[in-house]
Amino acid sequence: MISPNLRIAYRFLTAKKRAMFMSLSCTVLGVGLFIVTQATTSGFEDIFTRTLLGINGAIRIEDRLQDTMRSMAAAGASDFYFAQREGVKYIEGVEEPQRIIDALRDFANVRGVSAVLRGSIQITSSFKTEDAQMFGIRLEDHLRVSDLGQQITAGKLEDFRNANSGALVGRVLADRLQLAVGDSVVIAARGESRRFVVSAIFETGYREVDKTNIYLHLPEVRSLLRKPSGATYLQINLHDAERAPADAARMEAVLRHGAKPWQEREKSWLEVFRALRVSTGITVTVFTLIASLAMFNTLAMIVLEKTKDIAILRSMGYERRDITRIFLWQAGIVLAIGAVVGALFGAGVTWLVGQVPLSISGIFKSDRFMVIYDWRHYAAAIGTAVIMVMVASLIPARRAARLEPGDIVRGTAQ
Amino acid sequence: MSAAGPVAPGEVALRCTDLHRYLGRDEGRVHVLKGVSFEARRGQVYAIVGPSGCGKSTLLYLLGLLDQPDGGQIEINGRVMSNTDDAARTAARGEHIGFVFQFHFLMLEFSALENVMMPMRKLGRLAPAEMEARARHLLDAVGLGAKTHRLGTQLSGGEQQRVAIARALANQPTILLADEPTGNLDVKNSGLVFDLITRLAKEQGQAVILVTHNPEIAQRCDHTRPMRDGLFVG
Repeated sequence: MISPNLRIAYRFLTAKKRAMFMSLSCTVLGVGLFIVTQATTSGFEDIFTRTLLGINGAIRIEDRLQDTMRSMAAAGASDFYFAQREGVKYIEGVEEPQRIIDALRDFANVRGVSAVLRGSIQITSSFKTEDAQMFGIRLEDHLRVSDLGQQITAGKLEDFRNANSGALVGRVLADRLQLAVGDSVVIAARGESRRFVVSAIFETGYREVDKTNIYLHLPEVRSLLRKPSGATYLQINLHDAERAPADAARMEAVLRHGAKPWQEREKSWLEVFRALRVSTGITVTVFTLIASLAMFNTLAMIVLEKTKDIAILRSMGYERRDITRIFLWQAGIVLAIGAVVGALFGAGVTWLVGQVPLSISGIFKSDRFMVIYDWRHYAAAIGTAVIMVMVASLIPARRAARLEPGDIVRGTAQ
Repeated sequence: MSAAGPVAPGEVALRCTDLHRYLGRDEGRVHVLKGVSFEARRGQVYAIVGPSGCGKSTLLYLLGLLDQPDGGQIEINGRVMSNTDDAARTAARGEHIGFVFQFHFLMLEFSALENVMMPMRKLGRLAPAEMEARARHLLDAVGLGAKTHRLGTQLSGGEQQRVAIARALANQPTILLADEPTGNLDVKNSGLVFDLITRLAKEQGQAVILVTHNPEIAQRCDHTRPMRDGLFVG
């Protein structure tokens, strides 16, 4: 059975169609645009995150923590480890990468590990010379921790796999050096020079990476850097990248090496996106604010026009809380319709925005507007509308409930 | 909440003793009721008459628990209600008191049937089908059986007042209070409405208290209580 209060609320509201439509429109706009802005800002954040994970993996292990008297004493006495992050000293690089890789097998969330040896180089083509960074990798390992396989835009990974002197060159660097697949380059590091052949050209979309990075086979880099063992860092990919901070903390404690999750590594960019999301959210909340003011106005008008009806209801035994509920139900009806229509409107506009062609490169590469569909955006949009509209509705609802029926029928209601 | 148990016809349904009421503030404060005592028995029709401003409507609203006295006591079916809280007085109104106002006071967005069902829906004593059957029966009784689905705006003044009477009787109250129920109607409709109120009240054993300016209506009541300057004078 429909509550009598709801029934009355519905009739009161539909009697003020124009005012109700205004409140409803603002609610729909508030909910819808909130969803759209969150979907787009999160969409760009999502592709940025995927780009970075595809380049650098979820966790990077580098630099051995230097034992202190305190940590050694704690480790020797028991299994308890005393972590002291501030002032911890590190020894650069990973001296025994294979031992660490073996130990990482015990971490259930780890999907792959790649030992990387990095060095600064000069690369010379027939056209010019550029400074760059070389990364010595084992291809199969690195394909498990990056999107390198999908980032090839010219040439074949197979050619790199089969050629010891093969090189994978970033798109921007290749353009600067006017390199094409099959061209040869001279790479010089620490006074040593060696000739390599461009097996393929990759493009991550992150300009800084595409401008400086060259992938070579690990033995070649060891030879160039005269470093027969060790690695600069271990790049780790996880099944669930969101758990990276917890996994990294455990790795650091167990492996005694610095372990940085992607959330910490890319903190400044992620905070930029978060700030953008919050600021756009606040901006579009103005619509929800207007919706709450419109609702306030509508209900205040209905209270003024329905004082006699309120007196009738009170004379029939309707309590003050019934009157409050009748007015809150009106806000509830507008909110319910506004939330559903607003969510559909938001989803529709999000889809349309997702079709808009837009060429972006710099920190990621995209050829269209990026959007994502996340239920949390819908919950936040509806939650914001519910809080603002209900708070605004409380004032006229309580005013209506405070009206004295005797005053109204006597015609002296204030 | 029940304010009191059932009352047999002829028993006192409502009693007030030494009621005082002030209206207005500061220099504008007026002593409207100056110690009014009154009682109403079931099955009897009482008319309160008097000039404008003598306090008869104020008394009616106090008796109907729509307002609170500044002094004195009101009993509804033997239970003192004048010093109870708003919730108790509201519950007593819903269960024991029916109101008919001068200006009909129908809820215009609702049909005649819905208007009559509204007090029953709040009281929740009957099942929905029983509520509708009773509302139809009451509208039949006031001669509007064919207009149950008309909105308030689609009814004439006399018809609206008849719907208001049906609504006032919906919860089978022991007390029916009517404030100038015929004051806004023509002679024909006035007679019709008064006859309805008295007939239904007699049939159902209700105490009817009506405030009127109309001497003909007053003469036809079982008891007439003239008021002047905040007191009964006869």
